[in-house]
Amino acid sequence: MELFLQQIINGITVGAVYALIALGYTMVYGILELINFAHGEIYMLGAYLGIIVLGFLTVTGLTAVSLPLAIFLTIIAAGVICAAYGATMEKVAYRPLREAPRLAPLISAMGVSIFLQNYVMLTQGATDKVFPPIIPKKSVMFSGVEVTYIQIFIVIASFVLMAGLHFFIMRTRMGRAMRATALDKKMAGLVGVNIDMVISVTFVLGSFLAAVAGVMVAMYYGLVNFYIGYLAGMKAFTAAVLGGIGNVPGAMIGGFVLGILESLGAGYLWPEYKDAFAFIVLVLILIIRPQGLLGERTPDKV
Amino acid sequence: MFKNPYIKAVLISVWFGLLVLPFAGIRTALLLAGAVLAGSAVIAAFKALGRAGLFTGVKRAEVLLGSTIEGFTHGPRKAVALSVILALLLVLPFTANRYTLDLATQSGIYIVLALGLNIVVGQTGLLVLGYVAFYAVGAYTYALLSTHLGVSLWASLPVAAILAGIFGLLLGAPTLRLRGDYLAVVTLGFGEITRIVLNNWDSLTGGPNGISGVPRPSAGPLIFTSLEHYYFLVLAMAVVTVFVVQRLNNSRIGRAWIAIREDEVAAEAMGVNTTMLKLLAFALGAVLAGLAGVFYVAKMGFVSPESFNFLESVIILCMVVLGGMGSIPGVVLGAVVLYLMPEALRDFQQYRMLIFGAAMVMMMRFRPQGLIGTKRRGIEMGAE
Repeated sequence: MELFLQQIINGITVGAVYALIALGYTMVYGILELINFAHGEIYMLGAYLGIIVLGFLTVTGLTAVSLPLAIFLTIIAAGVICAAYGATMEKVAYRPLREAPRLAPLISAMGVSIFLQNYVMLTQGATDKVFPPIIPKKSVMFSGVEVTYIQIFIVIASFVLMAGLHFFIMRTRMGRAMRATALDKKMAGLVGVNIDMVISVTFVLGSFLAAVAGVMVAMYYGLVNFYIGYLAGMKAFTAAVLGGIGNVPGAMIGGFVLGILESLGAGYLWPEYKDAFAFIVLVLILIIRPQGLLGERTPDKV
Repeated sequence: MFKNPYIKAVLISVWFGLLVLPFAGIRTALLLAGAVLAGSAVIAAFKALGRAGLFTGVKRAEVLLGSTIEGFTHGPRKAVALSVILALLLVLPFTANRYTLDLATQSGIYIVLALGLNIVVGQTGLLVLGYVAFYAVGAYTYALLSTHLGVSLWASLPVAAILAGIFGLLLGAPTLRLRGDYLAVVTLGFGEITRIVLNNWDSLTGGPNGISGVPRPSAGPLIFTSLEHYYFLVLAMAVVTVFVVQRLNNSRIGRAWIAIREDEVAAEAMGVNTTMLKLLAFALGAVLAGLAGVFYVAKMGFVSPESFNFLESVIILCMVVLGGMGSIPGVVLGAVVLYLMPEALRDFQQYRMLIFGAAMVMMMRFRPQGLIGTKRRGIEMGAE
């Protein structure tokens, strides 16, 4: 029972991270119908930025003054820089291809992904980067189950961000424009929505969330490498598909479900096949229920 | 917002400088900003010259070059061009050094792989991202058969082809009704699952260490020991593949595939059996990959899961796309160019994948139809 609960807790933690990344996939897919293969790399950039910015803040002495403030600033800075990367990526690699056949942006996205991986490898080195061990490794026990502060932080931060995103999409003017664009790009454009702006904002938001996820994962595992983006990206994409791609609440639920499934599967069944779980879920979902848990079946357009 | 081109150029260079600052440090950031500024100046200068009409000559030369290449790939001089190339390939082993020969042999394997993927992606329009799975099936089949049962290369070929084909059908059957990018992701998932299984099924596949000590193949009294032997083996394989694929392309099946790619609903309405033909495309593509896998292992004498990662799938896909989807001469050229490009960039060893990624983006932006696009494809890919 304790093992079970422990796996659930671990699953929820990873699930929160998957959910944050999945939101970027699902928002971009909802608006552009593009699988942004480079989204996982944005998360990887975020993880690196966490280490870089926190290192910088340590040098300036801020971490010694107030650790929570330093972490907060690190997350914001990583998010903002990654948002800039996301917007640039869209502008350079996807915008010119908006009218092209669907294969073109997909290949462009894979190109961006390869580019960013190698860019980080060249500038930051090919070896593992270590997150500065300044966060206290404290934990609380709940009836024999250990929950670390970082885990609690990750889950709470993710919920806050998801609530914020939900508010943004449902209650603001830009959010309404995003929903309109997702429904019908052309029509939204005709009634005065600035489509280019909406798409940029979508990439900015998605990249910000992925960057925060990256920083938190760097804190959680303590190690970062330039190739972590691919696997995390694929798993988050699985989460998005699981929830119903293009569906924002679906991505959140999909993230948690996948995190828990993976954690239980690795804990009880075959630990060495941990990374295969996401792919098996992905393949099964797409074959059995391609619309996902919450998605609606869209008829093929002729 | 910023209409003034000078201000815009400065802003762009500052933007990129700021982007790389946290990763690469202040020196690289300044260098990059300077480079971007210089680059935009050069582009602006070229644009101004273009407006002044200086490039009409260049344009004309480009058109002329295009039609000359067209003459060789599609036109009356095709037979001449083909026989010259074949003759050159036949004398290559007697003039080239080992390094060149090795590159040529490996290019041949990639040509077969790319042509196989071209059937699925280029002709039938089914985006498959896990193509290396079939390659792996062929490679492991031969490695296992030869090391455990002592089966010869020639007897392994049909077995590997059939197994890979079955694998293709298994993958194809449940995924047929999926749309473009969903299909891409499912096949990617299959490819990754295959690799993870190969990596973990230690008792059969040797896990991450792979299988080594695959015996040298032989043909009658001749045992394949030298690079020349493998070269001719792969050359024969590549030539046969090109021939088969070319014949298929001009057949009823090939035309049906293209019809499916262009408009599946319309094709079905015209009586094309889309299910059967899509499965056939999957199976044939897989068979070619399986055969390529056998030759790969025969040449290396060794196989491990490392060779079958996602990047490999992407590179093969890029060969098809870069060469020109659906165009056989294009795909052959794409395979050779893409395999040799990293070799040519050896001096920039660390930068080559960076350049590769950037080239993929640029290619999609400026020449999406590939180096040698097909005329049939032209309409969709927006040529001209």
